Amino acid sequence: MLTYTIRRLLTAIPTLIFISLIIFLLLDMAPGDPTAQLPLTIPPEVREQIRQSLGLGEPVHIRYLLWLKQMIWSEPMFYLSQNFDWMSVPDEARLISWQTRAPVMDTIIERLPQTMMVVGLAYIVGVLIALPIGIISAYKQYSVFDQAGTFVSMIGFSIPPFFSGVLMIILFTVMMPNDSFWWFPSIYDTTLVIDSWANFGKQVRQMVLPVMVLALQTTAQISRFMRASMLDNLNQDYVRTARAKGMTESVVVLRHVLRNSMIPVVTVIALGIPAIFGGAIITEQIFKVNGIGQLLIVSIQASDVPMVQTLTFIFAILIVFFNLIADILYGILDPRIRYD
Amino acid sequence: MTDAAPQTPHETQPLDTHDDDAARNQWWDVWDQFKTHKGAVMGATFFIFVILAVYLGPFLWTIDPTYIDVRARNEGPSWLHPFGTDQLGRDMMARMMAGGQTSISVGLTAMGLALFLGTLVGVLAGYFKRIDGLLMRITDLFLALPLLPLLLVMVMLFRQPLSSSFGPETGIFILIVTAIGITSWMPTARIVRGDVLALKEREFVLAARSIGTRPGKMILRHILPNVMSPIMVSATLGIATAIITESALSFLGLGFPPDFPTWGRLLFDATDFMQQHPERVMWPGLAISLTVLSVNYMGDGLRDALDPRIRGL
Repeated sequence: MLTYTIRRLLTAIPTLIFISLIIFLLLDMAPGDPTAQLPLTIPPEVREQIRQSLGLGEPVHIRYLLWLKQMIWSEPMFYLSQNFDWMSVPDEARLISWQTRAPVMDTIIERLPQTMMVVGLAYIVGVLIALPIGIISAYKQYSVFDQAGTFVSMIGFSIPPFFSGVLMIILFTVMMPNDSFWWFPSIYDTTLVIDSWANFGKQVRQMVLPVMVLALQTTAQISRFMRASMLDNLNQDYVRTARAKGMTESVVVLRHVLRNSMIPVVTVIALGIPAIFGGAIITEQIFKVNGIGQLLIVSIQASDVPMVQTLTFIFAILIVFFNLIADILYGILDPRIRYD
Repeated sequence: MTDAAPQTPHETQPLDTHDDDAARNQWWDVWDQFKTHKGAVMGATFFIFVILAVYLGPFLWTIDPTYIDVRARNEGPSWLHPFGTDQLGRDMMARMMAGGQTSISVGLTAMGLALFLGTLVGVLAGYFKRIDGLLMRITDLFLALPLLPLLLVMVMLFRQPLSSSFGPETGIFILIVTAIGITSWMPTARIVRGDVLALKEREFVLAARSIGTRPGKMILRHILPNVMSPIMVSATLGIATAIITESALSFLGLGFPPDFPTWGRLLFDATDFMQQHPERVMWPGLAISLTVLSVNYMGDGLRDALDPRIRGL
C-alpha cells in the first residue's frame, strides 16, 4: 500500500508541473498591461521601470520558474512566518496582484473561509441527503420512491445552478413576504460576525439558499451512484448467502451490501470535491458570496494575470490532490485494485 | 446513470416479431426499443419541437428581436407579445427564438467537435498500441485541468483577436465552440478506447486482418460502426453539457456580446429585473432546463435501446 501511495504521489508531481506550465503560458498571452490603468502623465521610461519592477522584462522561462518558485516555496514560507513566531520573515519577492497591488495569497486566504463555509457545508448536506435516497431507491427498485428519486436527480442534473439559484431567489426572497419565516436573504453578508445566537441564526439563514442550490447538484449525482452501486451488490451471491443464514434484512442491507457499495461511492465523493469548487464560481456570483470563485471572475474581468494564474493553479492542485485521495482511498477500501 | 460498458449492436436481439425482417437492419430494433422508453420519446419529441421552434419559428413570428420599441417596454405577456417585452421594449418571444438558435447551434457544433476529437483520440489510442500510453496520458492531463476557470480565461484571452478578424458574432461563436469542444472530449475518448480495445480481440477483426485489411479500412469499416452506440450516447449527453456551459459563460458575462441574445445571456439580463418582472427569468431558464432535461432523457433511452443488458438501470 505504501509503495502504491508513493507511486501515485510521484506521478502527481509531473502532472502538476505540466498543468502549471499550461496555465502560465496561456495566461502569459493575456493582452492586459499592468500599467494601462496608470495616468498618462507618467513618462514612458518610468512606465518601463514599473513594468520591470513587476518582473515583466525577463524572458518567459525565467518568469515561469520564478512564478513556480513563488507559488510552491516563497508563499508557503510567508504563510508559515505569519503564523509561527520561530520563523523569520523570508527575504523574497511575493506574488503581487496587478489589481490590488497586494500579495495574491493574502487576498486568497481572506476569501477562502467564505467559499469553504458555503461550498463545504453544501457538499456535506448534499451527500447526507443523497446516501439514504440512493439506498432506498435501490432497495425498492421501480417503486414510487425510486421513480420520484430518478426524476428529482434528473432535474438536479438538468437545471443548471444559474437557473436554480435565480429560481430560489424569486421563490424565497422576492415572492415570500419579508416577515415570513421562509424568507431568506439572497445576498451573503461576509462582514457578519458570529458573536451571539441572533447573529448565528442570521448566518444560518443567509447560507440556506446557496447551500440548497449547490446541494441539489451534489445530491443528484451522488444518489445515482449510490443507487447503481447498491443495485450491483444486491444481486450478488453473498447477499443470498447472508439471507439464507437467516440474517435480518437490516443487517444484510446496512452491514453487508452498504459497506461494499460504499467503495466506489466514497471515491466519487472525493472526486466531486474539486468539481464543486468549480461549480461554486457560478453560485458565488449569484448569491454575491465573496469567495474565491467570485475573486476569479473579478480578476478575469480586470485582466489581473497573477491572481488568475494562482487561482487556476489552486483549482488544478485541488483536482489532482483529490484524484490522489480517491485513488488511495480506493486502494485502502478495496485491496483488489492495488497495482503493486 | 453509470457508465456501464455498452454492448455492440451486433448482439442486439430483435425484440418484436416482424415478418419482414429480410430488409430490416439493426437500427429498426434500436428504434423499437427506444419507443418503449416513455421518457425518451417525450424527450425526443420536445427536443425536435424546440429545434423547429427556434429555427423555423422566426419565419412565422416575424418581429425583429433587436427592434426597440421604448413605448412598449416592460410589458407582461399579451397577445401582441406572448412572452412580454424587455426593458427596451424588444419582443421576448423573438429574442427567445434568436437566443435558442445560438444556444442550440453552439450546443450541436461543440458536441460535434468534442465527439470528433474524442472518437479520434479514442480509436487511435485503442487501435495503435504504440501511441496508447501517450494519448491516454494527455487525456488524463486534460481531465485534471480546472475546466471552467480555463474556459473563462480562454474567452478573456481570445475574444478580442477573434472578434476583430471574424466579426463579433462569428468570432465569439468560433471561440466558444472551440473552447467547449477542446475541454469536453475526454469522456468520449475514454469510453471509445475501452470499446476499441475489446473489439480488437473479437474474431471478426481477426478475420478482417487475416485477409489483409489495412488499418485505415479496418477502422472505418469494422471498428467505427461497432463503437457507434457509445458515441451516440456521448453525443446526446454532450449536447446537454455544451448548452449548459455556453449558458454559464454567457451568464458570467463572458459569452456572446450583450446585443446578441442567447438563452444564458437573456437569463443574465433578466436577473437585474428579477424583483419587478420575475417571469422574464423564467422563459430562458425553463428553455435551458427543459432542453437539457429532454436531451438527458433521450440519452437515457438511447443507452437502454442500444444496450439491452442494462435496460432499466
